[in-house]
Amino acid sequence: MKNLVEVKNIKKNYGKNEAVKGISFNIKEDEILGLLGPNGSGKTTTIGMLLGLLKPTSGEIFINGQKLEGNRIEILEQINFISPYIELPKKLTVKQNLTVYGKLYKINNINERIEFLSEKLRLEGLLNSITGELSSGQKNRVSLAKALINEPKVLLLDEPTASLDPEVGDFVRSFLENYKKEKKISILLASHNMNEVTRLCKSILMMKDGIIIDKGNPDELINKHGRKNLEEVFLKLSRSKNELN
Amino acid sequence: MYGLFLRHFYLITRSFPRVLDLVYWPTIQITLWGFISNFFATHTTYYNNAVGVILTCAILYDFLFRTSIGFNMLFLEEIWSRNFTNLFIAPMKIGEILTSLVATALIRALIGLIPAVLLTSPLFGISILDLGIFLFFLFLSLYLFGITLGILVSAGLLRYGPSFENIAWSTMFLLAPFGCIYYPIEILPEVFQKIAYLLPLVYIFEEARNILINQTVNIQNIYYAFLWNGVYFVLSIVLFYYSFNVAKNKGTLINMGE
Repeated sequence: MKNLVEVKNIKKNYGKNEAVKGISFNIKEDEILGLLGPNGSGKTTTIGMLLGLLKPTSGEIFINGQKLEGNRIEILEQINFISPYIELPKKLTVKQNLTVYGKLYKINNINERIEFLSEKLRLEGLLNSITGELSSGQKNRVSLAKALINEPKVLLLDEPTASLDPEVGDFVRSFLENYKKEKKISILLASHNMNEVTRLCKSILMMKDGIIIDKGNPDELINKHGRKNLEEVFLKLSRSKNELN
Repeated sequence: MYGLFLRHFYLITRSFPRVLDLVYWPTIQITLWGFISNFFATHTTYYNNAVGVILTCAILYDFLFRTSIGFNMLFLEEIWSRNFTNLFIAPMKIGEILTSLVATALIRALIGLIPAVLLTSPLFGISILDLGIFLFFLFLSLYLFGITLGILVSAGLLRYGPSFENIAWSTMFLLAPFGCIYYPIEILPEVFQKIAYLLPLVYIFEEARNILINQTVNIQNIYYAFLWNGVYFVLSIVLFYYSFNVAKNKGTLINMGE
């Protein structure tokens, strides 16, 4: 499996504050990489740099073999992002929102794509609904449809199931697992839901204070730290001094 | 680009208050100034021949105001709806984003302008079309300055975030005294006159009055209006790109929607 995402020693400083202090990692195709860490550990900054919304102070990012710097537009065509902190225009219908983003991502067969995604994400009956009037679970699935409108090779997920009820959360997780397997895409999953990370991710990065303090698959980390589950590992690492680097 | 236009077109067509808002203020402005003009016309000999001048300048100023505020509104809508990050991670070049906003701002301004222009004739017996072919150049010049101001304010929003929003609302009011919209430039103190001559507005409104009152055309005024417009437009584009790069360094883009 080739690496779809290659991050090489990226740093990000905001003035004297070092938000990310030189981290490196890769994400293979058909892989979900978990990105864990307490608030302020540098996860959002890292995602921002991968999206080209933030310029790294130093280091390099490659997406599907292309260097992000200098190829931002070409790379943005291949990636997408979902976060509970960003929303789609509330006054537009679901179909209008998906059509707008289909156009922005230069999708040729927009109606077919919308039809496909609405079927997969249980949105058929919602296409003519006003986006702002949907429930959290419905909005989440619409955001996911928007994030998949361009058939991204790399999907960045920031708390994709935050504030969802267990049924919808489970549906979204199952969908992501199947979609990743079917399309062989790479997913970076930043989440505070340890059960979700344990279920979806074969490998995990633990960030704290802008560095990667530990990495491995969930079982390895649980055994290595002598804990019962990933949540306990998270708590131990969050409260301890940095293990690596 | 078409996608971004669609995004705003859908928004306008989905909301009657938004359409009303586009039409309401120009209409109120024109009606108000029409009555004021009529009042002065019947009470002073000076204004007796100048009702059309005042009303025409009001329409021109409103077009400028609508264009500039319209552009800012498009940008602010993305921030308010927390859609800003989605937009900036779409594969659009900055030039494409600006072009879409510029075109959409024109359509928004025209939606407001056309009813106002149509109302002036039956209500006050005045037609802005009296300006002739040069009306097009005056409108074009105002449109250029309107979007230039819009781009400058948007650059500020990119650079400083939503806190820059209040500036967006006040730009036109700040510049209005220097624009010599309703009075000749000689009314201004000398220092203010020097500042006013650095803006395209004074040339546009002086020329509108010149055409209507003297029935002559001073091409030099139109030339200077476009010259200054060109300077400020290029400056605004440079500043927008600069602000975009600063925002990428400071993290404003990723925090804008939060």
